[in-house]
Amino acid sequence: LFSFDLLLDAVVIGGLLGCFYAAVSLGLSVSFGLLDVPHVAHPAFLVLASYAVFFLNEQFGIDPLLAGVMITPVFFVFGLVAYRLYYETFEKRGSDAGVRGIAFFFGIAFIVEVLIILQFGVDQRSVTADYIGKAWRIGDMRIPFRLVVAFGVAAALTILLTLYLSRTFMGRAIRAVAQDQEALRLMGANPVRIKQWAFGIATAVLGIAGALLVIVAPVEPTLDRTYIGRTFCVVVMAGLGSMTGTLVAGIILGVAETIVLTLFGASWAPAISFGMLLCVLAVRPQGLFGRRS
Amino acid sequence: MTRKTTTSGSISRRRLLATASAGAAVATLGLTSPVSAQQPPIKIGMSMAQTGGLAGGGKASQLGIEIWRDDINAKGGLLGRKVELVIYDDKSSASETPAIYSKLLDVDKVDILFGPYATVPTAPLMPMVKQRGLLLIGNFAFQVNSKVGHDMWFNNAPWGPPDSWAASYLDIAQKAGGKSVALLAADQEFAQNLALTARDVAKQRNMPIVFDQAYPPNTVEFSSIIRALKAAKPDIVYVASYPPDSAGILRAVNEIGIGDNVKIFGGGMVGLQFGAVMENMGSLLNGVVNYNSWLPEKSMYFPGTKEFFDVYAKRAVEAKVDPLGYYLAPFGYASGQMIEQAIKAVGSLDQKALAKYLHENEIKTIVGPMVFSADGERKETAVLQAQFRGVTDKNIEQFRTSGKQVILFPEKMKSGDLVTPFEAARK
Repeated sequence: LFSFDLLLDAVVIGGLLGCFYAAVSLGLSVSFGLLDVPHVAHPAFLVLASYAVFFLNEQFGIDPLLAGVMITPVFFVFGLVAYRLYYETFEKRGSDAGVRGIAFFFGIAFIVEVLIILQFGVDQRSVTADYIGKAWRIGDMRIPFRLVVAFGVAAALTILLTLYLSRTFMGRAIRAVAQDQEALRLMGANPVRIKQWAFGIATAVLGIAGALLVIVAPVEPTLDRTYIGRTFCVVVMAGLGSMTGTLVAGIILGVAETIVLTLFGASWAPAISFGMLLCVLAVRPQGLFGRRS
Repeated sequence: MTRKTTTSGSISRRRLLATASAGAAVATLGLTSPVSAQQPPIKIGMSMAQTGGLAGGGKASQLGIEIWRDDINAKGGLLGRKVELVIYDDKSSASETPAIYSKLLDVDKVDILFGPYATVPTAPLMPMVKQRGLLLIGNFAFQVNSKVGHDMWFNNAPWGPPDSWAASYLDIAQKAGGKSVALLAADQEFAQNLALTARDVAKQRNMPIVFDQAYPPNTVEFSSIIRALKAAKPDIVYVASYPPDSAGILRAVNEIGIGDNVKIFGGGMVGLQFGAVMENMGSLLNGVVNYNSWLPEKSMYFPGTKEFFDVYAKRAVEAKVDPLGYYLAPFGYASGQMIEQAIKAVGSLDQKALAKYLHENEIKTIVGPMVFSADGERKETAVLQAQFRGVTDKNIEQFRTSGKQVILFPEKMKSGDLVTPFEAARK
């Protein structure tokens, strides 16, 4: 069944899907990649954001992307509170806090799941917008608009985060705290406050990523389990903390998955993310765009 | 494990919401009943998917069974005893059900067992009920008794013989002039079973299979799969999918298109029977021919059906379950009617006598008469194949009227003819 048309189609769709993977992973790239916080509740926060977007779309007819932007300040504050809670109860207490922190975030993820079920029930939810359900026709190829939206948002988020982390004082402080907390402390800055701020930024990004999640496909309360592997894979493959790397790794993953799905047999597709991750770690342990420590 | 013991006409109700790091538990305890308090109640035990992937269906099914319990208790109970349900949440998981059913039998000492909702949680119970010689009323499990061969299993579902599901769909497709078949199935037990029977039926009828693809259950985007399917140019597309895949597939079909030669699309898409999903998908459903168990067409009303849905519609809002509840809820009620008719006729709770009665007699239910074959499945299939027509976006109420899902099979329930090809039927 192989044809070049299908291959080209798989590459284009896969690239766009990869941008979507990158968009939902960017927040984790900051929280796990830069801050070393074992944030396994990241996909649960993402699903929570998608339900918030669904609520605004359903109740007030607000465009999902606009709703995503509207909830970012709320998620920023939510991130500040979540990090402070994590810091006070776990991180402050010692070097093994990271391992115990995983349990903390798993607990948070379960609570978020249950709260969504109690509020919205167990059924699937989706949003409506002009760009959902339509496709762009180029010759024989049809490209769904919702994936084009994912591409645009992922590119914009990557550029914004890269500029923020390299051009602003607070951004540079976040990178500094990722490299050497003690040195930062000696300079008179409080690394905990900077990490809290960065965690807030990482969670705020999820507002828009959550909008993309519900634009691309319907959501249900336990959807976070599908994304936990993919998002961590993208972030680790990219090289911890690299925003451009996250975009590139997402695209590589999306294209590889789609080509396998289309041309070789769908059952192999889930093995692709972790197979590729293992290969990258074997050849380049610091990730594609990571720096050697 | 969450236990829920409920009796009819509760005067006082206490809710306990306990949140631990791993989640929350809810327990409801009813304390009184209008039926005789001197004799102990007849306890019916089961597990039900109240959380997890199957919860949407499980909760609706449970409500159907609870409505039957309230009806029977209002009429004086069974054998002069009130009926009590003992229900635990199995979290949609097969690993939970064996322990739950052991507890139901050994600790709660229930009199009758109802199966959990769906195939996967039911399968591990079959060896246990066979070994202990227990009656089990199945709840929409598919082919769980085929290898076990338990003669005290009776399924409330309309499945019938295993290949009838695919056969009825391919029959309709052949009559519409379809020859070549494309199969698209989720890579999990239920969908693969459906695909297997479809493959066999197609082979028997010399219908070439031009596309045969399994996709992993966590697939996010279906555009590329649909593009590959379209390139194979099939006449017939048989899809065996699970929610939320069904929604993803229909969305991709709408965006990518499926080709003018496709005469019929659908078959075994789970999810398109649930109110919330149908409301979400709206006009994308038009033209799809899919299986179902009950629909609001004239031919589907039996004594008690309308009254049941009148009560269900009110209680579903309160219980936050599927507001339509066509797929599972009336069959939950029918499970109760199966046991009610058998107990009344036999005059005892003797499991062997009840099983004998169910094997030898027609059971009258709100979803129609049931006659069981030796394997405990229906003698004749009553699985509907229906085509979505004239569906508009974001309107769940439209599905309460007839004509939105026209029944094409079985012949005696038929309410219209197939509109084909698929692209024309979508408009």
